[in-house]
Amino acid sequence: MRNLTQEILELIRRTSTDLPNDVETRLRAAVEKEAPGSAARGALETIVKNIELSRKNSTPLCQDTGTPIFYVHYPEGMSTRALKKQIREAMAEATRRSYMRPNAVDAIYDKNSGNNLGGDEFPYIHFDEVDADQPLTIELMLKGGGCENVGIQYSLPNSQLGAGRDLKGVRKVVLDAVQKAQGQGCAPGILGVAIGGDRGSSYYASKEVLFSKMGTRNEDPQLAELEERLTDEANQMGIGPMGFGGETTVLDTKITGLHRLPASYFVSVSYMCWAYRRRKMTVSGEEVIYD
Amino acid sequence: MREITIPISDETIRSLKVGEPVTLTGVMMTGRDAVHKWMIDTFIKQTRQPQGDDLEVYAAIKPLLDHGVIYHCGPVVAGLDTKEYKFVAAGPTTSIREEPYQADVMKHFNARGVIGKGGMGPKTLAGCQEVPFVYFHAIGGAASYIAQSVQKVLGVYKLDFGVPEAMWVIEVKEFPVVVTMDSHGGSQHAVIDEKSRKVFEELLAKA
Ligand code: SF4
Repeated sequence: MRNLTQEILELIRRTSTDLPNDVETRLRAAVEKEAPGSAARGALETIVKNIELSRKNSTPLCQDTGTPIFYVHYPEGMSTRALKKQIREAMAEATRRSYMRPNAVDAIYDKNSGNNLGGDEFPYIHFDEVDADQPLTIELMLKGGGCENVGIQYSLPNSQLGAGRDLKGVRKVVLDAVQKAQGQGCAPGILGVAIGGDRGSSYYASKEVLFSKMGTRNEDPQLAELEERLTDEANQMGIGPMGFGGETTVLDTKITGLHRLPASYFVSVSYMCWAYRRRKMTVSGEEVIYD
Repeated sequence: MREITIPISDETIRSLKVGEPVTLTGVMMTGRDAVHKWMIDTFIKQTRQPQGDDLEVYAAIKPLLDHGVIYHCGPVVAGLDTKEYKFVAAGPTTSIREEPYQADVMKHFNARGVIGKGGMGPKTLAGCQEVPFVYFHAIGGAASYIAQSVQKVLGVYKLDFGVPEAMWVIEVKEFPVVVTMDSHGGSQHAVIDEKSRKVFEELLAKA
């Protein structure tokens, strides 16, 4: 197996310094919806300038370079141990080159490891095996801390919100999450929602769904409808960019469903900030393609 | 857009109103969770004895913060090996975590401005009126853009807290912010929270 450390380093650089096209397009469109001279429009204009500058100078879009989350699809027979080692080496190098801020802090001793490597779980790497003739794909998402802090999990029913164990109840708690978040998650945000699972799997699924492109709708028409409705209703609340007030609070909503125990009904909401950093690399033979 | 220079006079502070976009020019200092806790424990509540270089650092930052500005920021800094520091990315971090400490810190150091994101709560707002100081909201995540307004890194204290948590003394030029909490009891955050809650309740009532 060839050593991909340099290629993975490039994946990290691109993810941290250049926003995906579909996200940038949405943000640019959002500028036009805000009133000229408003704080909301000013905020979005600054965001757009920041995107251009980061790309040009190859500097991090945001100083919080987030939790690195890797999803790796590897062809049968490839060593996941070797891949993991290369990902970790690339991460340490990316930190040395200031594409990443040292972001792994030992929770017990409060010590920053200095290189974004911390124990076995940082960076987080998820492996899935595919057929031997399939390409290797590595996807990376950088999930900011400010927006992670406004993520929330509900256990339905929730009597305070009058939310039962159905999609109507899901709608209520997701809107509650947006209202509570205000601008704290660096709005405008993108919502990842998972329904079902246990507490752990539910949160993971709510992040995994954020790997899909803007505007991708769930195949299930009821969920697709709910996704659109939630984006629309979240925006009616007028929280706006940075919580300054304005038209755009949420750029998109993505929902996924999991199996659950009869006893539990969790709804997990992951809030992704405007700095929606996700990139993919595909390796077939000698060729490496970045999306 | 109004340009405010640091140190900021009381008169200027009192003239700033919620919703006003301004730019900041002068010398400021970054400080976030570890710094606020260190200030409170060691010098304000004094539940912990000064250790190591604590007293020297205190003497150095005191004049900087008098009528000065604290920036809630954990930057990405280049030049760590050579000590020729340069801010690469320097957007604001979420301020609400400092809510228990902020008003006391501002009062103790006689500071006039906090820069951060997301706004702060009632204790800080009361402090804004009393001290007086204002809360400046920077654009969250606009790290490269803001780093550009950092002209120079003048020094760093408590680098052992880690790069994001250390106190970086920086010279800025035309740093763009919006006043979202003023010294007259005004808070943009309280207004938006209230408005959005009303809409939320209407939405809840719908099927
Ligand atoms: S929430 Fe996102 S944009 Fe805001 S500071 Fe954190 S990573 Fe940056």
